[in-house]
Amino acid sequence: MQALNNFIAHYNYVITIFLMITGLYIMVARSNMVKKLIGLSIFQTSVYLLYLEPGKILGGTPPIIDKAFTVYSNPLPHVLILTAIVVGVATLALGLALVVRINEAYGSIEEDEIFKKDREQ
Amino acid sequence: MTMLAPNDALLLALIAPFIGAALIPVFGRWPNLRETVTLVTAAVLLFFVLQLLGPVLGGARPEWAGFSVAPGLTLAFQVEPLGMLFALIASSLWIVNSVYSIGYMRGNDEPRQTGFYACFAIALGATIGLAFAKNLFTLFLLYEVLTLSTYPLVAHKHSVEARRGARIYLALLIGTSMLLFLPAIIATYVMAGTLDFTPGGILGGKLGSGAMAVLLALYVFGIGKAAVMPIHFWLPAAMVAPTPVSALLHAVAVVKAGVFSIVKVVVYIFGLDTLTAAGANVWLVYLASGCIVLASLIALTRGNLKARLAYSTVSQLAYVVLGAAIATPLGIMGSGMQMATHAVGKITLFFCAGAIYVATHKTEVKELDGLGRTMPVTMAAFLIGSLSIIGLPPFGGTWSKWTLALAAADSGYLVALGALMISSLLNIAYLLSIVGRAFFFAPEPGAASAIREAPLACVIPLSATAGLCVVLFFGAGQVENLLTTMFASR
Amino acid sequence: MNAVLPHLPALQVVVPLIGAILAAFLRRGNFAFTLTLAVSAILPFISGALLWQVLTGGPISYAMGGWAPPIGIEYRVDLLSAFVLMLISVVGVVIIPFAHRSVASEIDASKQAWFYCMYLLCLTGLLGITITGDAFNAFVFLEVSSLATYVLIAMGRDRRALLAAFQYLIIGTIGATLYVIGVGFLYLLTGSLNMVDVAQRLAAVEPDQMRTVITALAFITVGVSLKLALFPLHVWLPNAYAYAPSWVTVFLAATATKVAIYLLVRYLFSIFGVAVNLQALPVGEIIIALSLAAMFIASFVAVFETNLKRMLAYSSVAQIGYITLGIGLANQAGLTGGLVHIVNHAFMKAALFLALGAIVYRIGSARLGDLAGIGRKMPLTMAAFAVAGLGLIGTPGTSGFISKWFLAIGALDRGWWILVPAIMASSMIAFVYVGRVLEMAYLREPSAETARASDPPLSMLLPMLVLAAATVYFGFDTEWTAGIAGKASQALVQGLAR
Repeated sequence: MQALNNFIAHYNYVITIFLMITGLYIMVARSNMVKKLIGLSIFQTSVYLLYLEPGKILGGTPPIIDKAFTVYSNPLPHVLILTAIVVGVATLALGLALVVRINEAYGSIEEDEIFKKDREQ
Repeated sequence: MTMLAPNDALLLALIAPFIGAALIPVFGRWPNLRETVTLVTAAVLLFFVLQLLGPVLGGARPEWAGFSVAPGLTLAFQVEPLGMLFALIASSLWIVNSVYSIGYMRGNDEPRQTGFYACFAIALGATIGLAFAKNLFTLFLLYEVLTLSTYPLVAHKHSVEARRGARIYLALLIGTSMLLFLPAIIATYVMAGTLDFTPGGILGGKLGSGAMAVLLALYVFGIGKAAVMPIHFWLPAAMVAPTPVSALLHAVAVVKAGVFSIVKVVVYIFGLDTLTAAGANVWLVYLASGCIVLASLIALTRGNLKARLAYSTVSQLAYVVLGAAIATPLGIMGSGMQMATHAVGKITLFFCAGAIYVATHKTEVKELDGLGRTMPVTMAAFLIGSLSIIGLPPFGGTWSKWTLALAAADSGYLVALGALMISSLLNIAYLLSIVGRAFFFAPEPGAASAIREAPLACVIPLSATAGLCVVLFFGAGQVENLLTTMFASR
Repeated sequence: MNAVLPHLPALQVVVPLIGAILAAFLRRGNFAFTLTLAVSAILPFISGALLWQVLTGGPISYAMGGWAPPIGIEYRVDLLSAFVLMLISVVGVVIIPFAHRSVASEIDASKQAWFYCMYLLCLTGLLGITITGDAFNAFVFLEVSSLATYVLIAMGRDRRALLAAFQYLIIGTIGATLYVIGVGFLYLLTGSLNMVDVAQRLAAVEPDQMRTVITALAFITVGVSLKLALFPLHVWLPNAYAYAPSWVTVFLAATATKVAIYLLVRYLFSIFGVAVNLQALPVGEIIIALSLAAMFIASFVAVFETNLKRMLAYSSVAQIGYITLGIGLANQAGLTGGLVHIVNHAFMKAALFLALGAIVYRIGSARLGDLAGIGRKMPLTMAAFAVAGLGLIGTPGTSGFISKWFLAIGALDRGWWILVPAIMASSMIAFVYVGRVLEMAYLREPSAETARASDPPLSMLLPMLVLAAATVYFGFDTEWTAGIAGKASQALVQGLAR
């Protein structure tokens, strides 16, 4: 019972960790480069959650100063993650651009096929 | 006789060879001018070194304080008697050797002579610096410069064989110095807090006798240039070099730098009393004795003339190490004498081997039958050199063997005494057999007619060094005087 | 002047950033090069002034945009960061003349301006990581420099450069993300992102929260170690170095990994070390074990590598092992050795890659077998290679010896004498792979290809000669290398919790 309570109380962390592992697994297990990038994005997204979740305080309002409210949610994680999202998008864009170029150069985006081609060369 | 302030003479002696090395490539296109640079540099170097002799005999210690590189690492030079002797040997034999080089290199039409002479000058500069080093760091620095600058000389022929020999040479010398010598230096610094060569040593009371024996082993085997068995393979491998290199570097400068470093470490880092009190030197006495006999035995089996001389060198170097291992003033005296007399004797033998090669292109002992008739001067010099190495009067080697034997007997090392005696007999066997073949065996029919003496530039130097063997017999007192001042302050 | 001086920390980052933006509007490679040259020439003055201020007046705290720390982003320059800033700026200005011809020969004319734009962005990121005192800001700069680096690597002529860039992108992003996870834990625990503030608050955490601290430590260490190519997280490095444009390799080898090392030192010594007794955890032991693995395994691989760019890349992994060894030792002498090797290795490896770049420029190959007899045809280039190679081995009289000296003393101070022969044995492996190249270059007869080669033009020659000379100079005068590194490590080691 204790364990279940613990689990329910921290379910958001469980989701975060699940996404994290999923992303990592895809990156390691898949040889398709686009799928690798998808894995990377999932991995990064999990980190966004990691930051955002604790920023929300139960009963807290958006951080707009008003006499009626005394408890505010923490705005800083949102600002940080906004930046992180920008970085993530840039990384994804660059990664996809590289995949396009690799496809032009090798005629494939499967890593094992490409390695084989390089070895044959 | 002093005209320069001793400290200035020291500085000039240190930089003169490097200036020469820088000038040689400038005149690379005019061989006569280039060789003049070498000869002038050698003469100038000897002049500066001689300026130091008077003050050192008078008890002064000229020095250049240098500068601090990092905590514990200082570049500094100071002249003390043993270094004085070493510098004197190296710089005076460089002149003779330069004349000989000219004859040999031209006689053989060797390629890349400019680089050859430049590297030679750097090697000599490193040797002089090493001789005058004031602390272990400076010594180690120049030790490595010496190794690196002689590598191109060993590899001079660029053949597969030369590359292989040079690789062994470099790997063994750099390897031992990095893996054993440097850790020993670092350990010494951590224990003693200094690396300065100090009369009486710096390690007194700093470590137990077992640790001291281990540290001594690190030094002895780390200083691979001393060719203490089993770190001697590089020396036969280095014989692929042209003979002037073998003569000056691998009978005088490089190998003597090795044994010199060992003696310096024993005297000024460990301290004779510290070492003997701990008994940490005893194993080395037995090892050196073993080396003396074993290397002589191996020399006996070698048919190649230069290889035989190389193993003879290994054996003779062990004499110097033995003197250091005995670790008494008398032993050190013997070491110093042996450094001087072996240098002169062995360079004569190498000069002869080179002269034979220039004149006949023969390298094997069994090809030398009857050569005494066609090359009488060369073979006579070979005889004199051999007798000096064996230790017979009236040649310089007599005194060093005598002093070492006395030191061994004094300290009760009968094994060492026995080794000295056996080795002398073996020396007779492997050196005089060559002379015997040359003078008493009939030459191969039809082969002798075309053979004449080597060029004058080869014959004159080898006659000069043979003469020096005699001079050292009568001038040994001077060497003794110089070395005595080492212990004068005690 | 007085209006500028207080803003030097900001200018250190803003000047290359503005340069990058301007370069993006240029179309001609030559203009972009001139701009980059100008920026590179300014940077050493800024970092020099910062170093001087730190040496005379202690650490500088600069509130970015006027927002006071710990809420605002603080740029913090202490001795360690000033030291690394100086390194990046100096390397940048020394190697930039080489770029002109090398880049012109390897990059399409239409892309050269973009190339310099990316380079300046990369420079911005590296300088930013070093100067910022904010953990999250460091992440942003890390990604700025990384993204620019991926582009720079992908510009290599070989199609394998694309692959190398992609692999590095995946691994690099994982590393940066792991780092940011670690920072997240620290933030959850302390509510602050300012490094100094985090360290202070960490010191006050309850014992039962130690697990979070250690988790953060693990994430950050692994993340940063990926970027600095600590063995066995180095797999991205050899391909990236081998297929990137020659000049990019020089720059990356000299600076990029070094900045990641800086970040590791910053976290281990200024943040975690201050708050937690790291001696109680096996952090140092793990780092030392991995360093030793790098020093031996990577060196061994280098011995059998025939592509010299890859050989030098593996050598970099090994040499990074020396630096992390000093970090793992975590005492005055050891850390000094590690920090001084950051500079010494940067200079000598830059010289080596520059010499190799010049060879590629002349004969179009970096294969060992194609270098026969090149020592006589490109004497100055190979002389620079030889001198820097000796530095790599650590022969006395080169800066590599100084690093090794401090590392060995650090090992003995820690009581681990076995590390001393290990350090020396590893340099003997370096001796083998450097010696192999030198033997090929000097003791063989030139082939048809090498016979036509000659030393490159002065603009390419000068940088490598300067760096090779520095390798020798800093082997004799260590006031500006080991001197400052010693002071920096003294401050760091004294701050450690016991």
